[in-house]
Amino acid sequence: MSHIHTRRRVLQGIAAGAATTALTPFATRPAFAADLVVGFIYVGPKDDYGYNQAHAEGAAAVKSMPGVKLLEEEKIPETLDVQKSMQSMIELDKATLLFPTSFGYFDPHMLRVAEKNPKIQFRHCGGLWTKGKHPDNTGSYFGYIGMAQYLNGIVAGHVSKTKKIGFIAAKPIPQVLTNINSFTLGARAVDPSITTQVIFTGDWSLPVKEAEATNSLADAGIDVVTCHVDGPKVVVETAERRGMFTCGYHANQAKLAPKGYLTGAEWNWANVYKSFIEKAQKGEPMPNFVRGGLAEGFVKMSPYGPAVPEAARKQADAVKADMMKGGYSVFKGPMKDNKGKEIIAAGKVYEESAIELESMDYLVEGVIGAIA
Amino acid sequence: MNATSSGSAVAGPDRFYRLRRALEALLVPVIALALAAAAFSLFLLFLGKSPGAFFELVWRGAFGSWFSFQNTLERAAPLLLTALCVALPARLGLVIIGGEGALVLGGLAAAVVALPLARLSPPMVQLGMALAGMAVGAGWIAFVGWLRAVRGINETISSLLLAYVALAIFNHLVEGPLRDPTSLNKPSTANIGDVNMLAHLPGTDIHPGLALGIIACVALWILIERTSFGFACRVTGGNLRAAQLQGLPVTRLIMIACALGGACAGLAGMIEVAAVHGRANASLAAGYGYAGILIAFLARHNPLGIIPMAILLGGISAAGGLLQRRMGLPDATVVVLQGMIFLSILTSETIYGRLRWFQPREAK
Repeated sequence: MSHIHTRRRVLQGIAAGAATTALTPFATRPAFAADLVVGFIYVGPKDDYGYNQAHAEGAAAVKSMPGVKLLEEEKIPETLDVQKSMQSMIELDKATLLFPTSFGYFDPHMLRVAEKNPKIQFRHCGGLWTKGKHPDNTGSYFGYIGMAQYLNGIVAGHVSKTKKIGFIAAKPIPQVLTNINSFTLGARAVDPSITTQVIFTGDWSLPVKEAEATNSLADAGIDVVTCHVDGPKVVVETAERRGMFTCGYHANQAKLAPKGYLTGAEWNWANVYKSFIEKAQKGEPMPNFVRGGLAEGFVKMSPYGPAVPEAARKQADAVKADMMKGGYSVFKGPMKDNKGKEIIAAGKVYEESAIELESMDYLVEGVIGAIA
Repeated sequence: MNATSSGSAVAGPDRFYRLRRALEALLVPVIALALAAAAFSLFLLFLGKSPGAFFELVWRGAFGSWFSFQNTLERAAPLLLTALCVALPARLGLVIIGGEGALVLGGLAAAVVALPLARLSPPMVQLGMALAGMAVGAGWIAFVGWLRAVRGINETISSLLLAYVALAIFNHLVEGPLRDPTSLNKPSTANIGDVNMLAHLPGTDIHPGLALGIIACVALWILIERTSFGFACRVTGGNLRAAQLQGLPVTRLIMIACALGGACAGLAGMIEVAAVHGRANASLAAGYGYAGILIAFLARHNPLGIIPMAILLGGISAAGGLLQRRMGLPDATVVVLQGMIFLSILTSETIYGRLRWFQPREAK
């Protein structure tokens, strides 16, 4: 290539760039003064078929409400970046209500931005807010999804032929352990000989490890699998390819596994977000702390897939109807962990909102695997 | 790399050679940037988005207001230090891409020493944290240098693999022995305490990592360009055999340069703990170590060149959120732009010394 050609190309490139820059008008969309500007921030992609999609679906429901302007940012890490995103939404787009949705956004990031902006409301997903300790313009919302995993377990217990089911989990933290234990208890309520093999991948989004874990469960003769990672997509797709059945988590993954998807434990954030925003629009004070489960509409089940037998539907529906009445509990004594140690004494009953369950550090009898 | 010889040899017949060479060093990257922007405009047009609106938003989100500019500078801060971890060993011919490992372990060390030091005054605690972070980072990358110099192990591979080892050690310690028992659903070490957090730079909303990063860039530029130690490093990078024949202590030079680079990455980890998080947890592994590689290469391993490049990339990432909000572009758009800039600037490297206009001329 001669120098002249190179130079000409350079000039053409510059000319093309300049022309496109000059010809296109700025595409700014100013908000109406009366609009409530609401910002959502996600730690992963909005279309991950999981944690972030569940929130983005809630945000989409908000978008359709009159008088609301929606701002969204995805893939924002739990670092200074999220502080800057929140501040930028406030300064450049005049947001007055923010939902930073990832657990790790709370401390120190959201708290620090909230202190700097006392007139802006912040609500965080995860149940960490404590009155007196955290600013009044912040708050928490969270759902008890363990009971939905219990229903997953009932369906899995009916479907499994090998009596071996699997759970792919990110980290052995209390929220995840609650799900593993609930899933196992549900399945063992159908057949006490069922065991759950658990695999911890070590982090919230490790697609390669999640696929490897699913394959190794399939190789070990496990025929129903569920998970608690940010995006269940890889687990569900891999399981479908291996001819396994899956119970979903976070959002509805039925599309990814038309044959093997049984049901799933889903968040119902649309409900929660709408009620916050209705309060904000009416000028009512927004609650600082809201939590709920199936009965309160914070959590829902995916519709049953084609592979779910009649007996499974019947039992799961009956238990669900009981749960909807409120006061149902899955963690009842006497209960042993998988090392044979008694963890809940006979006669003790923990409802899903029990504070004792929030520091869970055991795997119940029937789970194969270890925390440390 | 900078293979062109010094200008003095032709100073007589061609007085403007130095000027043209400076112009070359400025024009080549600027044109490369413009080309990347043009190519990216095509990509946007293909998506049906307006390039004009895009670059206007990049400007507004990165530099258009005092808030935006501070946003850019604060994002550039950790990148200054992690880029040095790549650039400094690169001057000796080593391609080290495992700065992320030194960063997380440096951050962990800083968080851990804060507890026993807690009785001291905050500046002493911060000094202790910085020294601990730098020492651990220095040791980690110096080990890579030692493997290279003494055992002949490829430093690119070993540093990358050691970064995974570092992360595994980090996760094990943070989720196990060093875990604060109250950090239930996000395992972390104990909080260093609000009094021990680094204060913002006066009159700004920017943490002092920016100042430390710029000081480190200037100091290491002086070291590498203006001292005999730096000259020995550059000789080693230019021709290892020649350096050995001259009797230069090559092994020691490599290990010192790696240690200095690692100390910078470790300091970046300490700053993340002491200025942002207040504790060590998985959020430290945010990819700053890997972004530093990009910046070091864009700066052609010149410590001073790192400053504008870190600000450029800091600015692009600062604008990322605004682009998502206003134009509905996915987060990956910014990554595509970064990739195009990277490719374009790296390709432009091959042009240096080839365009006749910039070359020394014979007297007619």
